[in-house]
Amino acid sequence: MHGFDFEVIIRTLPYLFGIGMVFTIKLTVLSTIGALLLGTLLAMMRLSSNRLISGIAGTYVNFLRALPLILIIFWFYFLVPYIYGWIMGASGPISIGGFTSALITFTIFEAAYFCEIMRAGIQSIPRGQIGAGYALGLNYWQMMWHIVLPQAFRNMTPVILTQMIVLFQDTSLVYVLSLTDFLGAASNIAQRDGRLVEMFVFAAVVYFIISYTASRTVKYLQRRMAIVR
Amino acid sequence: MNYNWNWSVFFDPAPDGTGTYLYTLIRGVYWTLGVSACAWIIALALGVLVGVFNTSGIRWVERLCTGYVELFRNVPLLVQIFLWYFVMPEVVPTALGDMIKSADPTWSTFWTAVIALGLFTSARVAEQIRAGIGSLAAGQNMAGTALGLTRTQVYRYVLLPMTGRIILPPLTSEILNLIKNTSVAFTIGLLEITGATRAMQEFTFQVFESFAAGTVLYLIINTLVVIAMRYVEKWARIPGFIGTDR
Repeated sequence: MHGFDFEVIIRTLPYLFGIGMVFTIKLTVLSTIGALLLGTLLAMMRLSSNRLISGIAGTYVNFLRALPLILIIFWFYFLVPYIYGWIMGASGPISIGGFTSALITFTIFEAAYFCEIMRAGIQSIPRGQIGAGYALGLNYWQMMWHIVLPQAFRNMTPVILTQMIVLFQDTSLVYVLSLTDFLGAASNIAQRDGRLVEMFVFAAVVYFIISYTASRTVKYLQRRMAIVR
Repeated sequence: MNYNWNWSVFFDPAPDGTGTYLYTLIRGVYWTLGVSACAWIIALALGVLVGVFNTSGIRWVERLCTGYVELFRNVPLLVQIFLWYFVMPEVVPTALGDMIKSADPTWSTFWTAVIALGLFTSARVAEQIRAGIGSLAAGQNMAGTALGLTRTQVYRYVLLPMTGRIILPPLTSEILNLIKNTSVAFTIGLLEITGATRAMQEFTFQVFESFAAGTVLYLIINTLVVIAMRYVEKWARIPGFIGTDR
């Protein structure tokens, strides 16, 4: 160890943040949106009185939650090109690119976790409201969309944001596909310039600052909301 | 779609010359369980320690414990593993660093994974312990003190036995998380289940058979742990508590 080389970090900042962090943030935001939509749908299915529908959603959630994310990342990285090729009627798998593959993986994987969050959210709404909605002449979808889901979403906002922080940290696992997310970018420089110590410590510090600030903000938000409610 | 299924690939000899691919996978299970078990010991020991001191009522000790938890919670596990594997041998005194670097690579990755996962999980266990102690009625603490127990005795004989039994369900999910998280150790070259599946996939090109096998292995381990812990939870249930009545 011959002193900490700050110069290499400053020199590569545009690459680390301009390429790496942009990738990480884009993946985090897009897959949160996708997973929240899919997860909400799954939560509604899980709470369905139809045994088949709730069974399908339950199996989906339990199956994905029993498997490590890295394994799922590999599964989809190889599986999606085959499915895509099959849909397009091609004779072989069609490459879809690392980002799309990661986005699909995280959406499908995190949907299982968001499903559980939204299920708790929906169950936190008093039953009477559903009856009241039906009494007003709303159908199931109207009742869900206008009455239950907005409140469920609002009650669960802190938990959803916390899960988003987890997701943000989990995106670092796309490293196994050699994609250039923030950690991937740091690792590229680390190996090219032989600056493992500097790059990994810097990556850890950046992840810590972002996650810690975000989780403090969520806590603050939680307190504010608790007073309003 | 032309994918050549070949389920008999598991009985083909693996290129490392030690047996079939099936054997590679089984060894993967051993590594996964070995890392999980060792890491769990560290996680439980440190987790209880940090969790208890986080309820000590001494301001600076609690700050320190919270700092510990936040540190391990806000850095991705993969980055933590890299820090232990690539950075730690460089920043410790040269002699120790050289010793680590010249150690048998299989065992050095194993112990790196154990330390990284153990500390990562210990922060989560600490939070469960703190929350568990916090959930106990204040009267338990007072009753213990009124009986003339010292602070240590109150924790040892009153608070911790109760907490341990109350937080068993969340601890079960932490064990499951830990087993799943061992897959991250494959990035530093440990051939646990994910690593073994990945190696098999790269050598045989039988992508889906390999990953299917890995998936099944994780599902089996997951199910066994859930069943085992259900028995433990039943056995440790505290009569009269709503939360434990499942």
